[in-house]
Amino acid sequence: MTTDLGMPLSPSGAPGATGTAGVPRLADGTALTKKDFTSDQEVRWCPGCGDYAILAAVQGFLPELGLKRENIVFVSGIGCSSRFPYYLDTFGMHSIHGRAPAIATGLAATREDLSVWVVTGDGDALSIGGNHLIHALRRNVNLKILLFNNEIYGLTKGQYSPTSHVGQVTKSTPLGSLDTPFNPVSLALGAEASFVARTMDSDRQHLTSVLRAAAEHRGSALVEIYQNCPIFNDGVFDVLKDRTEAAARILHLTDGEEVAAGDNVVVRDDRGSLDVVPRADADPSRIVRHDVSAADPSAAFALSRLDSPDLGHVPMGVFRNVQRPTYDDGLREQIASAQTNEITDADIDALLAGRDTWTVGNPAGS
Amino acid sequence: MSTKLVQKLDRVVIRFAGDSGDGMQLTGDRFTSQTALLGNDLSTLPNFPAEIRAPQGTLPGVSSFQLHFADHNVLTPGDAPDVLVAMNPAALKANLRDLPRGATIIVNTDEFTKRNLSKVGYAESPLDDGSLESYHVHPVALTSIAVEALASFTDLTRKEKERAKNMFALGLLSWLYTRPMDGTEVFLKAKFADKPVILEANLAALRAGFNYGETTEDFSVSYEVAPATMAPGTYRNVTGNVALSLGLVAAAHRAHLPLFLGSYPITPASDILHTLAGLKRYGVATMQAEDEIAGVGAALGASFGGALGVTTTSGPGLALKAETIGLAVSLELPLIVCDIQRGGPSTGLPTKTEQADLLQALFGRNGESPVAVVAPSTPADCFEIAVEAVRIATTYRTPVIVLSDGYLANGSEPWRLPRTAELPDITVEFATEPNATDDKGEPVFHPYLRDPETLARPWAIPGTPGLEHRVGGIEKADVTGNISYDPDNHDHMTRLRQAKIDGIADTIAPLEVDDPTGDADVLVLGWGSTFGPIAAAVRLARIAGARVAQAHLRHLNPFPANTGEVLRRYERVIVPEMNLGQLALLLRARYLVDVESHTSVRGLPFQAGELADVIATAVASLSDAHLKETAQ
Repeated sequence: MTTDLGMPLSPSGAPGATGTAGVPRLADGTALTKKDFTSDQEVRWCPGCGDYAILAAVQGFLPELGLKRENIVFVSGIGCSSRFPYYLDTFGMHSIHGRAPAIATGLAATREDLSVWVVTGDGDALSIGGNHLIHALRRNVNLKILLFNNEIYGLTKGQYSPTSHVGQVTKSTPLGSLDTPFNPVSLALGAEASFVARTMDSDRQHLTSVLRAAAEHRGSALVEIYQNCPIFNDGVFDVLKDRTEAAARILHLTDGEEVAAGDNVVVRDDRGSLDVVPRADADPSRIVRHDVSAADPSAAFALSRLDSPDLGHVPMGVFRNVQRPTYDDGLREQIASAQTNEITDADIDALLAGRDTWTVGNPAGS
Repeated sequence: MSTKLVQKLDRVVIRFAGDSGDGMQLTGDRFTSQTALLGNDLSTLPNFPAEIRAPQGTLPGVSSFQLHFADHNVLTPGDAPDVLVAMNPAALKANLRDLPRGATIIVNTDEFTKRNLSKVGYAESPLDDGSLESYHVHPVALTSIAVEALASFTDLTRKEKERAKNMFALGLLSWLYTRPMDGTEVFLKAKFADKPVILEANLAALRAGFNYGETTEDFSVSYEVAPATMAPGTYRNVTGNVALSLGLVAAAHRAHLPLFLGSYPITPASDILHTLAGLKRYGVATMQAEDEIAGVGAALGASFGGALGVTTTSGPGLALKAETIGLAVSLELPLIVCDIQRGGPSTGLPTKTEQADLLQALFGRNGESPVAVVAPSTPADCFEIAVEAVRIATTYRTPVIVLSDGYLANGSEPWRLPRTAELPDITVEFATEPNATDDKGEPVFHPYLRDPETLARPWAIPGTPGLEHRVGGIEKADVTGNISYDPDNHDHMTRLRQAKIDGIADTIAPLEVDDPTGDADVLVLGWGSTFGPIAAAVRLARIAGARVAQAHLRHLNPFPANTGEVLRRYERVIVPEMNLGQLALLLRARYLVDVESHTSVRGLPFQAGELADVIATAVASLSDAHLKETAQ
């Protein structure tokens, strides 16, 4: 249930508006290139880091938006992934640990004309910054949040993260991690996220298509990107990078299509959740067709629960993409509908005076 | 027309006290408003428990509101009430020790039941055992008379009728001190516009209280306090939190910046959030964040985008915001952080006042992390200090911490309205063009190229073509803003950030000393909300013949440039503070002057009488010493 606040909708907040409505576009016939988005800073990730591939994909994708470069902002927290803004020739802020969604919220709320992106990692977003992440998603601020998940702390040199597996041996868990990991997609869906997707550093085409959908979406978009840390957690997603293995394991989420991987297909089971079974054994009436815009997030949540620690089955793609009012549009609309005129000195004088004044003597000018 | 005697007074201190649910804050507020409209100068002190509803009738549940009004300039809410309105035994017991002998006590006898008396440890009613014989006690069955007055309201339950007893008390006090009630009637009509029966009942109780005073023989005299002589102008009564909110709005208007508040509810700062949330018409955006950190983070994000980013909090919240304020220091962006101080440490005394966050404001961050710190001295001064904070933040591209406190936040005084057009012009200019050229002669933008005078870096907001750049919390190379781990650069940048804050002293007024005889040997120096009590104490000491000088700091970082010179001019410098000597520590360290601390952390403002004694003792000891020298 929603409450109709009875507010006039601004053009950029109108139903069906895209994520970049209200952001100035390049003049017709002009376009930017990947080079225009490449800053002069030397990239300092470890050789072989998955971040390089993501950076290249983002730099390659941004020109596609057709936006003015100066109206794009990347805000990050702390961690390896959070160095990202330095390497993009846009406006950027490398902030403090976990706080990027909060900072980006203030920016997006006050600047309708910006395309605001958050770059974060599993430690930054889900551990120290968990609170800000869930609240940004709940509010549905028009932010695109790229969560690089490598299931380890890289910058601090190899401690376990909130997505590390139970039993994972790291510098801070020599006898194995005891913590149950977060599933970032389930967490985001539980936080009322209106757009949630998962993709992978090495699959540029898929990554780009997810970025495109995220940018198109008006509201918070959480994109989990599986990313390899070659130093502290090397090869954690390797089985998904092998063509044969991937075909059997990756459950592609395509709107309107059956959810399947290789010979297996996803069906509704008797307990109201989902199961992966051989297609030959599946009751055709129970095979799940993906509905990305289902109003009820339960179906998307059930899909997110198909993850298994051994990566036996991994749903990839857009889990959920629904329209609902965004916080920043709502805030602007409340202000716009309250404002009746350009505020003058006389308006401020009246505000300062309030309703209970008295006059002493004969004030100058009156 | 009254046939009773009307006596003229020059000043009165009234304290309304009752259970948290008795509506004493509202009663005090309304009496204050009536008094303000009459033209008296005034000062107020609300004092209430942190619990929303402590157990009824108990000492922890007592809520009070004190008002000092006079026909002359008023500096404090008054040390001791002349009149106590006690709505129950707990209110009497909790406040009696503050009452001088001879004070008037109006008690609601209906609440002096065996049960209520025993709740607060009275074996026998103090109304009957003679223990109040040094006071003028007026026992009034406030509740039952109010209920009786509402007999014709058949739709109302007895409980609902009882609730109007505070309006009955207000009516009685309005008669006693000859206050017009029109304003309160208008207020009630607006408050209960949707509840006509409740409105009529409240109006009836109010008038019944007034008429009771007029007719009962218990009150034979009523009083008048003539309007104070005040500078010509239009006035309103204002609390510190409202003045601070209005100051932020006016300053944003003068700076031509949209105002964005990111805040998390916390006592005693929440009223600023409430006030600003109601000012959307003025373009004010407010966001109730998920926590203190998000509040300041969102404000900083808004500043990055070219808005005036503001966050409001109290001590525990300031602790949580420390890291983000440090980021703002590194980013060199404007940010206003309002800390409405309360008793600490930890949760401390949420509804009581203290000024013990000074060192936290100055030094409560990692690394060398200087920020500007200012403090208002009175409730109305909160307006001017907000404008000053915005001027500093936008001119120097720095966080500014405003140190108000619970006493200023909830206390009120008449405020002579400024004219918006006469406020300082603090128009901000964003960077619009590249400010340098690269090796190839191409125009480039250097985000950390400074203004030679203010040392401020350009405020280059997203959306400005050609100025794309990245900022962050990692140390940056001077000028280019690129990441730099170079030792010399870090030393240079650390000193630059400090020099920028120190340089603010060039644009702040010198510390003014009030020394009417020009030959005082003792200086009393304060900061923040102690201004009123110190000024009142100095006034008392001077009346008693002491030669004493007074000065008050509104800028705590940097200090006014002449501070050291002022301190060295006096043989003794007394620094009263509601902490254990934080300003004194700073002054001693910075100026090597042997200042003397006088401190109190009782959750309440200083009493003028107490400070006057401290001053008199200091002055007398010097006179004795001088006499001895002369004798030798």
